[in-house]
Amino acid sequence: MNKLMKTVAGMVLATSSLCGVERLAFADAGELHIYNWTDYTSDEMVKKFEKETGIKVTIDTYDSNETALAKLKSGATGYDVMIISNDFVPIFVKEGLFQKVGAGQMANFKHVDPRWQKRSWDPDAEYTVPWVWGTTSYSVDTSVYKGPTDSLKPLFDPPAELQGKIGMFGSPSEVMSLALVYLGKPQCNENPADLKELNALLQKQKPFVKVYNSDGTVERQVAGETLAHQQWSGKALATREQKAGFKYVYAKEGVVGWMDNVAVPTGAPDLENAKKFLNFLMDPENIALQQKSTGYQSAIAGSNKFLPPELGDSPEFNPPADLKITFAPSCAEKATRAYDKIWTGLRQ
Amino acid sequence: MSRVRHFDWRHTPGLAPLTVAILAFLYAPLLILVVYAFNASRMVTIWQGFSLQWFVAIAHNGDIRSAAENSLIVAVAATIASTLIATAGALSLERGRLPFGQGLVGGLVAMPLVVPEIVVAITTLVFFSALGMHNGLFNLMTAHTVFCIPFALLPIQARLRDMGGTLEEAGRDLYASEWMLFRRITLPLLAPAIGSGAIMAFVISLDDFLISMMVSSAGSTTLPVYVYGMMRLGVTPEVNAISTILLAISLVFVTSALLLGRKRRAT
Amino acid sequence: MGRRSALLLVAPAVLVIGVFMLIPMFIALGYSFMTANPYGGVQAPMTFDAYIQFLYQRDFDDSMVFAPDYIFIILRSITLAVATTVICLVLGLPVAWYIVCQNEARRRLLLFLITLPFWINTLIRTYCWILILRDEGLANNLLRWLGLTEKPLPLLYTDGSILLGLVYTFLPFMVLPIYSTLERIDPRLIEAAYDLYASRVAVFRRVIWPLAKPGALAGATLVFAPALGSFLAPDLLGGGKKLLIGSLIQMQFTSSRNWPFGAALSIAITAVILLVMMLRAWQAPRREVRL
Repeated sequence: MNKLMKTVAGMVLATSSLCGVERLAFADAGELHIYNWTDYTSDEMVKKFEKETGIKVTIDTYDSNETALAKLKSGATGYDVMIISNDFVPIFVKEGLFQKVGAGQMANFKHVDPRWQKRSWDPDAEYTVPWVWGTTSYSVDTSVYKGPTDSLKPLFDPPAELQGKIGMFGSPSEVMSLALVYLGKPQCNENPADLKELNALLQKQKPFVKVYNSDGTVERQVAGETLAHQQWSGKALATREQKAGFKYVYAKEGVVGWMDNVAVPTGAPDLENAKKFLNFLMDPENIALQQKSTGYQSAIAGSNKFLPPELGDSPEFNPPADLKITFAPSCAEKATRAYDKIWTGLRQ
Repeated sequence: MSRVRHFDWRHTPGLAPLTVAILAFLYAPLLILVVYAFNASRMVTIWQGFSLQWFVAIAHNGDIRSAAENSLIVAVAATIASTLIATAGALSLERGRLPFGQGLVGGLVAMPLVVPEIVVAITTLVFFSALGMHNGLFNLMTAHTVFCIPFALLPIQARLRDMGGTLEEAGRDLYASEWMLFRRITLPLLAPAIGSGAIMAFVISLDDFLISMMVSSAGSTTLPVYVYGMMRLGVTPEVNAISTILLAISLVFVTSALLLGRKRRAT
Repeated sequence: MGRRSALLLVAPAVLVIGVFMLIPMFIALGYSFMTANPYGGVQAPMTFDAYIQFLYQRDFDDSMVFAPDYIFIILRSITLAVATTVICLVLGLPVAWYIVCQNEARRRLLLFLITLPFWINTLIRTYCWILILRDEGLANNLLRWLGLTEKPLPLLYTDGSILLGLVYTFLPFMVLPIYSTLERIDPRLIEAAYDLYASRVAVFRRVIWPLAKPGALAGATLVFAPALGSFLAPDLLGGGKKLLIGSLIQMQFTSSRNWPFGAALSIAITAVILLVMMLRAWQAPRREVRL
């Protein structure tokens, strides 16, 4: 009994001293807790930030906007910065989950590309700073599929060689926004006729879909589990780098655009450090590091010149000028409920 | 008529191969996982030589280290709390005379085992948020203690039942006080079972995924939650490597727990 | 031990579990009667909406329509859980019997081997099957190497793969209770049966099975309850195509943002399990050996 107690006590002491040492090293400048998507924060960029400011950064992850919302709504605290998609920003703001940080007045705000200085979900840049932006479409293995790659049709109405090997995202909002683009109907749709059409389309596609999952799309494509997968542009680039022959399709019907934004949750423990980080992100050189690791565009003018050519010149990075990009706004309750109904019916 | 049938009822044909097959079924997947953690190739199912590189990558990963730290802290705290509570509870259930339903208490203690994990996870999340309890690690420790209690209780209760009350009766006849009885007779005999219960609680806490995922907040990601995040990114050798490590840890602890909890021959 | 010390000692256990399990269940019960806040959480007006949603939903044009979607999901989960229980029983009973028939040392070893996987992280155990069942996984590679198939078979992301994952996770739960019941069978009963010219089958049917039933029932409860509420196997092995109750509940708290319905589902499934357990407890007394 004594031996057991001693071992347990020893373990407790050892672990607590381990934690203590790490905290001591950075005790002066403080900490920063980032809450972000899995696999979405550049190590290089974080290290640069830590070196410049002496702030210790920890990262927690979530798998979808919805999970992040649920977490914050149920009172999870301790996060200093969060990265959220544009369509969720108004929701978080409305629910009082974000605090005003006056990003528009920060020193580096002048670097923000004029096109993005007034973003419809945060017109005065009171709450958020841009992270990266990109498009959502799909990538397809052209070594198996030899047909035309200018449309969303092969994804939603697959030919024989793609049937059973289609992958779609696991989030209802993303699947529906792309489907609505394909149908040419407005986003956040509440029109019953349109909704019925949307439902019919997705139901028809369902038998040919292998998975509904937003994570691991690259790995699934490269391993051959799926041949066509709904993907974000940066992930499509990563797929092509690992296995040649994949093409990211810029469809004539259009693609969905999105921008992720960095915000500070209400009650963040390290507000000043959070603001420093937000300012840090608006510097072209810094955001370029983030772009490098994930392969997306930034909203900061001049960041592209810091990128290596394989990234900067790649097709995933440079959508054609005449491409129709639809940014999905955040939907009202009625549309959300309708989407949920379709989504449940789809997966049962 | 006294025809003696030489019939060994203990020997049923076909059961031995079936048992072997089932054991193979239980262990083969784990073996495959471990083998491929040492695979030099990134393509998980094509063997390309022996390599430790994935384990090295894991060791350098700071996020995994902090997740492991969190897991350890929570597990140690939950183990201590749940073992103490379980020991007290077992003593009361097996040696005490409760004025009302022992069955009721037994049922209550068994609740964490029966209610589906997702329900426990969600209701705990809702409860903590309604209470305004926001400290990630503390919430985790509390939630883990709750579901560790039944696991710590089982071996202790079983051992108390096996021990019978005779030794303690003898002590009482010799005018020993309750506390002395406990300290000198019950506790030493119970010690291995308490150890076994503690280790089981520890393993259960380390392994917990669903509740930890729902209840965690900033900086309180535990190892299984982190590994789940990795798994969602796809089948990669790093996942195999970290899973092998977790496997090894569980094996070590569980083997020692089962060894400790073995029935001793009465001395 | 006096009554007071007994009460004092059991108090912490009762308190901790009472506070952190019972009260949350009651809060969930309360939430299930409230209205869903469209952005997560609940809000004031009390309503039966969540329970109505089990059967009726608002169609696209706002009419209330009978929508069996959720009932299907619940039924599918129950079917899967029952199938898991039955398969575990069919596999677990012979194994338990085999172990009982061995000598003491072998028994300990076999029990140890059977119990060990149970203690290993469910996440890891489920993940192994992804490795094996996926298109480029071991099973398909083996089949192709043996020349049995040309293209990879879609083994993963089906009801079958979920069932496999569930059986794999819960088999040890079934073996142990059956084993402990079988262990107590007096061998003389079996020998007596044989002496009376009973065949193996008859011995099993008339002697062994009735005595093993309580253990089997205990095992069945230990398997059915968690299998019904399981989240990991459907999540990792189901590919998001097949919703089961566990994933459905989790979905209500994330993408569906319908906490009251999630709470209602949780209450419903807990009620089903409690019902099953009470049924079993009610059946249990009839297990005395009449000889």
